[in-house]
Amino acid sequence: MPFGLLKYGLSRTYPAKHHFTPAKELKKHYDVVIIGGGGHGAAIAYNLAKYHGITNVAILEKSYLGGGNTARNTAVIRSNYLTEAGVNFYSESVKLFNNLSNEFNYNVMMENRGQLTLAHSDAAIRSFRWRAEVNQHLGVRSELVDRQTIAELVPNLNMSEDIRFPIMAGLWHADGATARHDAVAWGYAKGACDRGVELHQLTEVEDIEITNGRVTAVKTNRGRVECGAVVQAVAGASSIVAKKAGIPLPIHCYPLQAMVTQPYKPILTPHVSSPQVHVYVHQTSRGEFVIGGGSDPYPLYNTRATLDQRESLSAAALELFPFLSQARLLRQWAGTTDMTPDYSPIMGLSPVENYYLDAGWGTWGFKATPICGVTMAELVATKKVPDLIKPFELERFYRFEQINEAGATAASH
Amino acid sequence: MKLLTCPLNGKRNISEFTYGGEYHAMPDHLTSSPRDWAEHVFFHDNVAGIVTEWWCHTASSFWFLAERNTITDEVIRTFKADEIYQQRVEFTAVASETQS
Repeated sequence: MPFGLLKYGLSRTYPAKHHFTPAKELKKHYDVVIIGGGGHGAAIAYNLAKYHGITNVAILEKSYLGGGNTARNTAVIRSNYLTEAGVNFYSESVKLFNNLSNEFNYNVMMENRGQLTLAHSDAAIRSFRWRAEVNQHLGVRSELVDRQTIAELVPNLNMSEDIRFPIMAGLWHADGATARHDAVAWGYAKGACDRGVELHQLTEVEDIEITNGRVTAVKTNRGRVECGAVVQAVAGASSIVAKKAGIPLPIHCYPLQAMVTQPYKPILTPHVSSPQVHVYVHQTSRGEFVIGGGSDPYPLYNTRATLDQRESLSAAALELFPFLSQARLLRQWAGTTDMTPDYSPIMGLSPVENYYLDAGWGTWGFKATPICGVTMAELVATKKVPDLIKPFELERFYRFEQINEAGATAASH
Repeated sequence: MKLLTCPLNGKRNISEFTYGGEYHAMPDHLTSSPRDWAEHVFFHDNVAGIVTEWWCHTASSFWFLAERNTITDEVIRTFKADEIYQQRVEFTAVASETQS
């Protein structure tokens, strides 16, 4: 490694390789067009190319790779959900995440820090007990812990009993982790492009041509492209893109805001969240405290930061970690979340035959990236819906069979 | 502080209000299919632009409608529901055939 660095330092030309090949002209035809160059789109392309031998694939990205919600999420990985469908799906994703750096030969900075959700009421303890039972039954490390264990896991957490919402118990999820979100998108995109997939940035899909219930082409700002199949992976704009294909979706878009403090020495290992005070906090490897989880109270297609959210997130974070009262905030931002009525994603087939949906990613999209790539690629390649994502099909709403995941939220909604 | 004008109570802090969902004309509950009904209940236009939506002034439980731009977050106007609902909406159920 030091020699590599020396070579880098002394070289006149830029010796580092580009992660992926720069955009070329659009071809006339692709077997698969993926709309959306975020983590999900790149993961689907990667799996199509590597495991299904489908390489005539284009990722069309309106802006730049991983610049949307992939860059805006708070990088939390966990699988302590409540429904069987949810737990099975996300626990597969956590397994894939654990091997992702090896899979790519590219560091995604996976940190198995564990995740602690706090209960401040008897009702919360009851729901945590339920979640822990469901999780353990399905092989996920998740357990109810008492105040003493919490104080050992997070020594600097405010365990006072004379505060607004004293901590009564917690749900400890040893499988919880974080990873560098950008690196996940870059790793997938690199692996996909190395195998022949084309990533076209600054390429916006303006219209989708459908003949006899099949997609035949997409019109972009750089010309028309014929395609054998289309996958839309544009969480945050799902309704807008699906509408071009004539598909209505049960989604409302809400901004979700987060912020980071100045860096500190490492003092907090696990990811700590409190559904009661609506906040979650973890310390990144750079030392910044990420404070997240504030959904705006009404839908909006706008990623502005608001004072309201800054106040409520700060108040909640200070209740858990009073030492942050002197911290300066470096950044505050928002992402647009696709909220579905049942807090589960919408994946799989659509009313258009060769048009596949990867939507409704609310506040749970990043943690699903690897498994989403695997299952959606399998669907596109084999035209059979994998069992793991069958419960998440759009059709469930027409049958009144929602997957109610509302109990398993980390902080928001 | 963002303000919203309630047709009953005037300008108030938006934190006093609860968002109530997009306005959709309700299908006839006696004749619509379960599929139409599912679409009415769950599906949304989710437009990036000007939408008509329900709001409630929480403190006074007063429901009204607003036209709002979902890109700029500007409220164009708010108005009472009787602008749209001129007649009483009946929910009378017909006795099903299995009952007798």
